[in-house]
Parts: sequence; structure tokens; C-alpha cells
Amino acid sequence: MLFPKDKDQEGKGISKLATGISGFDSIGNGGLPKGRTTLLAGTSGSAKTVFACQFLVAGVENNDEAGVFVTFEESPKEIRRNMLGFGWDIESLEARGKWAFVDASPEPGMDMMITENYDLGALTARIEHAVQKIGAKRAVLDSVGAIFSQFMDAAVVRRELFRISYALKHMKVTALITTERIEEYGDISRFGVEEFVSDNVIILRNVLEEESRRRTLEVLKFRGTTHQKGEFPFSVIPRQGVVVIPLSAMELKQSSSEIRVTSGNSTLDEMCGGGFFRDSVILVSGATGTGKTLMSTQFVGAGAASAERSLLFAFEESREQLIRNAKAWGRNFEEMEQQGLLKVVCEYPEAAGLEDHLIKMRDQIEEFEPDRVVVDSFSALERVSSLKGFREFVIGLTSFIKHKEITGLVTATTSSLLGGTSITEAHISTITDSIILLRYVEMLGEMRRGLTVLKMRGSMHTKDIREFSIDKDGMHIRLPFRNISGILSGNPMRVSPDENDRIEKLFQRETDA
Amino acid sequence: MNNITLRLYIAGETSRSRQAIANLQHICEAEMGADCKIEVVDVLDNPELAEKEKILATPTLIKILPPPLRRIIGDLSQTEKVLVGLDISTGNSTNSEAE
Repeated sequence: MLFPKDKDQEGKGISKLATGISGFDSIGNGGLPKGRTTLLAGTSGSAKTVFACQFLVAGVENNDEAGVFVTFEESPKEIRRNMLGFGWDIESLEARGKWAFVDASPEPGMDMMITENYDLGALTARIEHAVQKIGAKRAVLDSVGAIFSQFMDAAVVRRELFRISYALKHMKVTALITTERIEEYGDISRFGVEEFVSDNVIILRNVLEEESRRRTLEVLKFRGTTHQKGEFPFSVIPRQGVVVIPLSAMELKQSSSEIRVTSGNSTLDEMCGGGFFRDSVILVSGATGTGKTLMSTQFVGAGAASAERSLLFAFEESREQLIRNAKAWGRNFEEMEQQGLLKVVCEYPEAAGLEDHLIKMRDQIEEFEPDRVVVDSFSALERVSSLKGFREFVIGLTSFIKHKEITGLVTATTSSLLGGTSITEAHISTITDSIILLRYVEMLGEMRRGLTVLKMRGSMHTKDIREFSIDKDGMHIRLPFRNISGILSGNPMRVSPDENDRIEKLFQRETDA
Repeated sequence: MNNITLRLYIAGETSRSRQAIANLQHICEAEMGADCKIEVVDVLDNPELAEKEKILATPTLIKILPPPLRRIIGDLSQTEKVLVGLDISTGNSTNSEAE
């Protein structure tokens, strides 16, 4: 090969240090630049301190690497207490010699007069001493804005920060320096720190979007090495800390399977060319009452029948309603749950932000390890988020499901009874592998139901629009609608049989010719 | 007169450190007489002490006795400011600057 891209080659440049912060390392293409200082900038409340603490805690837990925490704002006592909520016992890390504080927080009531000609030599000496004492590989300076307000001479502070970051580099310590920002989309930082420790910059944002807060993380630059570009949503979760959702990085490693699984309806399996693919995501779209929940119930039932485990996320109906409905169609959810073949998770869409829902759902999937996942419905979740956030949620969930080689069935509700598409559909149709449409069809003063397989990635499928009915045994798919057109657009029109034949002949003649 | 104990923190034997020590000795001799006791601590040799006292900047002068505790950051080149900062009555406060 002309351009070998092996590890040795990379080693000569800048290697990465896996932080251990969930999802971050795939955005940083391996982590933070090793032995370098990275600026972590964010507005107040953007979770800078949590991120910084987690960087040190994960270092101890995953790699047994000690860390030094230089605090300019909160006292060590406050930090120890605040971080207990994430399950991080800093005090015991200190006792084990894996964590050392350098306390540079302002002491209230200290009588201090600042004149001319000074430097921060003592601070540098203290940091160096702490790093050497515990053999630290990681360090955090949080946050440098406070030291600018303590010492009025900004030029001195900038020069000293540069010296400190140089000293850390010399000691081969990977460091994070946090700094305040005033606006979410403005200067990188207050006090222009980035000009002095500017090799690498990460920005944490906490944007108010359509009345809800949305946290994102962006790697602005890693000098001399690569990273994923753009903003990635993240959440701060009790007992876990920062969880980043690495969208693009997740999409890259999906395999695809040839194994088929049954939908729970043999006719539908036939229409799909032999069933759903095992690691695919199927979207079932239809107006209210067309049979979406029935289809998910059958999907779960079919799984249980072949000893496959299903995880059902319900955002529209309560547990009792679901169980009752399933019973009406001859599926006993309670029994399946007792056998460990099913887990029903009911949540109000409004109970949490979409990122939090996603992380919770991923945790549930990790924990239950299902073969099948059902989400009923996506449309309910769409209500609680901005379009962009929703799209990220869908990508995040579907790629996770596929990566785990799970079959996913998600439902979306269309707003109009006859035909039409939902916003949900428009945003997720390209992401899902298969789309099944359920539609009401008005014929001769009667409401009937139609079903079609609109898309089936990687497989042949029937293009008919079939009529189906629902009774106590579930869904029965019958013959294609004849002599009617315009079902999908919501304007069904009767076409006379003569016309049908004429059109067929017309095409035959063309293909003959 | 009360005993005066002052502790000066420096970082290494730099010209700034030497300047601060010289300035302090001058102030002591000229303004406070023989009652003045000076300790010099190099933070490079004693980082633990700097950690304990939460010293960030160098040079830092701490007045340990008499109370109250006072801190002055800088190379102590402005005698007037230093005297005000230390809050020590010297009797003759009309001295010229050290420079």
C-alpha cells in the first residue's frame, strides 16, 4: 500500500488517551490527545465540572491512573459532596493515593493585598508536586475564570497558565482546563484563554430550544489529530455522570444479517419476502386505530412463541391497557413476563428529555438483552422535542438496535385518517429499513383497512395494497384491493374493471414493443 | 514594642525573589527596628507548606505576628503600600520610597 495507516505511524504523532467517559471516546476518535492540554469551554451550568471530575474518576477506575484536581472555584469539600450524587467517592480515592486536590479556591475573609511584580510560581510548584507525589497521568484545572477574577492582572494569569500547561506537558500529563463562556454561540472563552492553551478545544453547550434544554458537546479542534465533527447530544445522569451520544460514530459499524424473523403474521411475512431481517428496524405507520398496536402485539407474541425475548417501550398506553388489549387478541403479556420473554416499560413521553429517554432505553436494552424491541409510538416522543433532537434520537436508537443485532419495530401515527404522512415518517423513513403502511380506505360508504409494504431494504417484497381485517384472533390480511386507486393519497377512486384491463394491456403492448 | 514575625514565600532563587528579600529587609531595618523576624520559604523546596497555606502567587508576604494575619502579593517595592498592607504602626511613616 502506498499510504499505510498502521498504528506505528500514528504513534509517532499524537496518540489518544481513552477518557472512559461514555460515548466521548468515539467522538474524539479514541479520546483526548495524550500528554496534551485540552480546553473545555462552556457556559455556566454546562456540566464542565462533572465532565472534568469524571475524566479523573474514570482514569482511576478503568486504567488505574491517578489524577490531580486543581480547583479555583469550589472548595475540595464542596466538590467531594457534589460528586457523591454520581457515585464518585473522591475521599476514598484520595485515601488510596489516586486523587489529589490542589486547593486554589478563594478563602473567604482572607485579608490579601495585591501589588506589583508577581507570578503564580507557588501554584505551579504545588501542581508539579501533587503530580509527582501520586504519579498522576491526568490533571484538571477547574475553572480558570475564577483565577482571573482573583488576580486582576490578566496578562500575568495568561502567561502563568501557559507555563502551567507547558509544565504538565513536560510531565506527560493529559490535562483538561475548564473555562467559562458567556454565549452559547460566540467567543470560545472569556478572558481569551484559548490563545494560550489552544491546541485542543472542546465546547459544552446547554441550549434552550423550544422551551427545553438540550446539551451538546463539540470537539472544535484537536491539533494534529482527528475527531468527529459537529455537535453531539449528551446528558448528565445520576450515578453515571456525562453520557455522550455519538451518532455518526455509531452508524459506521453496523453489520447486516440475512437471517429472517417472523412478524407474527404469515401473510405479512410472505409480503416481505420471508419475514423481517433480524438486525433491521421496521416502521409501521398508520392513523389512529388502524392496527399499529396490534401489529406490535403480534410481533411480541411471535417472539415469545419461538422463545425470543421482547422489550416493549410504550409511550401512549398504560401497562393495564396494553395487557388488556393483548388479551383481547389472544396474547397473554403477563404470562410472557413471568417466563422472562417480555418486559413492558411504560413511560410518559413528557417525563424526561429525549436524550434521557434514549439513554434509559439503551440501558434497558443492555440490561434485558432482548431479541426484539418495540417502540409504540415514536410520534408520542416527537411531541416532546425539537425536530433536530428527534432526528438524533431516532438515529441514536435505531443504530443502537441494529448494532446489537436486534429486530426493532417502531410505530408512527399519521395525523389524517385517510392517507397522508406523519412528520415522524418524513424524518425517519430514510433511517428505517422497512416501512409498512396501514391505511383506512373508504369504499361504498364503509371504512375498510389497507396494508402495504412500502419499502423493504435488501429484499423483494409485494407491492400490492392488501385489505385486512381485525378480529379476536388478530390481523387477517386478504386480497389486494381491485378496481380502486388513490388509497395512499387519501382519495380512493373507483376504477372500472374495463379501465384496469385497458391500462394493463397498454403496458403489455409497450413492453412487447 | 511587639515582636513582628513575617514569612516570605518565594519560588526559586530568581532575581524577583532576591529583589523581594532585599526590599523586605530594607523595610524591616528602616521601619520596624530589631523586633522584626523574617522567615523565607522557597516553595520549590517546600511545596507542602505552600499547599497548606494555600499560596498561589510568589512572592507572597504573610504577617504571622502580631495578629491579624495579612498577606501581600508582589515584590514589596512600594514601602508605603507594604506598611499599610501589614497594618503595623511604626511611629515614623514619612519615609521615602525604597526605590
